[in-house]
Amino acid sequence: MEVSNIIKAENQVFCKSKLMTDTALSYCPGCGHGTAHNLTMEVIDEMGISEETIGVAPVGCSVLAYDFMNIDMTQAAHGRAPAVATAISRLWPEKYVFTYQGDGDLAAIGTAETIHACNRGENIVIIFVNNGIYGMTGGQMAPTTLEGMKSSTSPYGRDIETMGSPLKITELIANLPGVYYVTRHAVHTHKHARKAKKAIQKAFENTRLKKGISFIEIVSNCNSGWKMTPLESNIWMEENMFPYFPLGDIKVGGILKK
Amino acid sequence: MRSMTELKLMKGNEALAEAAIRAGVDGYFGYPITPQTEIIEYLMTERPEKRTGMVVLQAESEIAAINMVYGAASTGKKAMTSSSSPGISLKLEGISYLAGAELPAVIVNVVRGGPGLGTIQPSQADYFQSVKGGGHGDYKLYVLAPASVQEMSDFVEDAFDIAFKYRAPVLILSDGLIGQMMEKVILKPQKQRMTNEELIEKYGDWAVTGRKGRERNIITSLDLKSEKMEARVHRLMKKYEQMEKEDLRFEKINCDDAEYLIVAYGSSARISQKAVQLGRAKGIKVGLLRPITLFPYPKQALFELADQVKGILSVELNAGQMVEDVRLSVEHKVPVEHFGRTGGIIHTPEEILEALEQKIIKNGSIKHHKSRESSIL
Repeated sequence: MEVSNIIKAENQVFCKSKLMTDTALSYCPGCGHGTAHNLTMEVIDEMGISEETIGVAPVGCSVLAYDFMNIDMTQAAHGRAPAVATAISRLWPEKYVFTYQGDGDLAAIGTAETIHACNRGENIVIIFVNNGIYGMTGGQMAPTTLEGMKSSTSPYGRDIETMGSPLKITELIANLPGVYYVTRHAVHTHKHARKAKKAIQKAFENTRLKKGISFIEIVSNCNSGWKMTPLESNIWMEENMFPYFPLGDIKVGGILKK
Repeated sequence: MRSMTELKLMKGNEALAEAAIRAGVDGYFGYPITPQTEIIEYLMTERPEKRTGMVVLQAESEIAAINMVYGAASTGKKAMTSSSSPGISLKLEGISYLAGAELPAVIVNVVRGGPGLGTIQPSQADYFQSVKGGGHGDYKLYVLAPASVQEMSDFVEDAFDIAFKYRAPVLILSDGLIGQMMEKVILKPQKQRMTNEELIEKYGDWAVTGRKGRERNIITSLDLKSEKMEARVHRLMKKYEQMEKEDLRFEKINCDDAEYLIVAYGSSARISQKAVQLGRAKGIKVGLLRPITLFPYPKQALFELADQVKGILSVELNAGQMVEDVRLSVEHKVPVEHFGRTGGIIHTPEEILEALEQKIIKNGSIKHHKSRESSIL
């Protein structure tokens, strides 16, 4: 059978969202960002809110998210996306406002903005892609880098005595009263991606209902930064990242899961 | 009442806050710091969300506040923040992003003494920071320097007019003296805030408001392609050239027959005005040039006055900053010296006159400023 007989619209189970532009993704092959982008755009498209949504791009690998997402977007300074989104949401309360941030952006330089936007219960969605490393600058230690994990700034592995423990910012913000929905997902398999998409949908529904902060962590890989093949990185992620950052709901409807 | 002009006795900071409500500002984002905290206190007390629908939010830091301004400005809303020197240092990253992303916004600096935590007393030591960049990259701010409580009030609307004319951040450079002192002020009538529909109609070609009925808009200061980034820098430089041509502001007082000139802005200009009166009473023909905008700077006016006067004294509440621009402007035609107090000490008119007599009148005509060091009292 010819390839052209297989690649047909009717045979496609997964495809690029209509809200993704045709610009080639700047992400490394094997990276989870593309899937996380696509799921976010699928949700916005399916909810019919693409003309009422304003996205805030971070600094880091996903700094160019606005090149790939066909919606109005503004690009924030490093870590400041929740502050930027706060003002947009306050001044345009009828809009859907989301930030898309990595772990360096959200959990290191932007810790104050993250915690205080969450504590105020801003009516926004925060999509937090945690791959345990600074990808854009070439694989430095991140706040979420695991103990013993090697990076260019922890070349002998993260030593928690001198470098601190990996920060579970998601659990931390889940304890804030202003936070309505906190959940942790992955996008490296179809099964995980489907679940993540449902969570993203729930988050934007929460915005519609003016419920406050919906925070979705996506534990993802960085095969380039981790110096692995894409497949190796996904296996390593399951074996090492998931035990420390367990998947599942942490807070639903404003109530912490036991 | 607010539909008409009103005469009131107010602090500079309060007058600025009231003017912000009346100018139809959409959002104020701030963080307390002396000597400008009255601005956010006044706004919170006035409940502008009830008066006009204006959003007032106390941020967790100056950094968050300026980035809230960035977010609001991205959507075409009239947004502002205020702070004092150490807080402005924190905001500079955001100010650079505002300039790079070509966003209209107003920043107010009620200057106190530095460096470091410095003092809470008045100062003009943020001149360099304000007009020479401050943040990273090739950009400038349009800088307005109020010298009265009236100007604290009037300059809010003027600043937003310039900010939206050029899609660029504008700085109101006040100081602890102008911010804290009370004077009578004529408040302008209440302006209506722009509706979302009006805003989309007016700024729909760039603002991010949701891409209803159009292609998406993107606000960013990033251009990874060198040619595109250089084009962006050139676009910014064009704006600054246009500002110099169209929106330079300054005031000349007693300059027509002046043999000596004082150059001063803001609070120093107010005090220097009295020094000019004292000098004139003694028979010294002294005039005052007050730059109202510090960028653009009245270079040409100074260049021309240098043909008329024998010497120039730059009076500033700092260790000598604007004096560099005065010297650049007059191109060594006449001696230029600096006089200023620091640490929160405010010079008296008598001190200024004495400095003029000692630094300019007695020595000025002998040689072109042989020594430029130790110009502080």
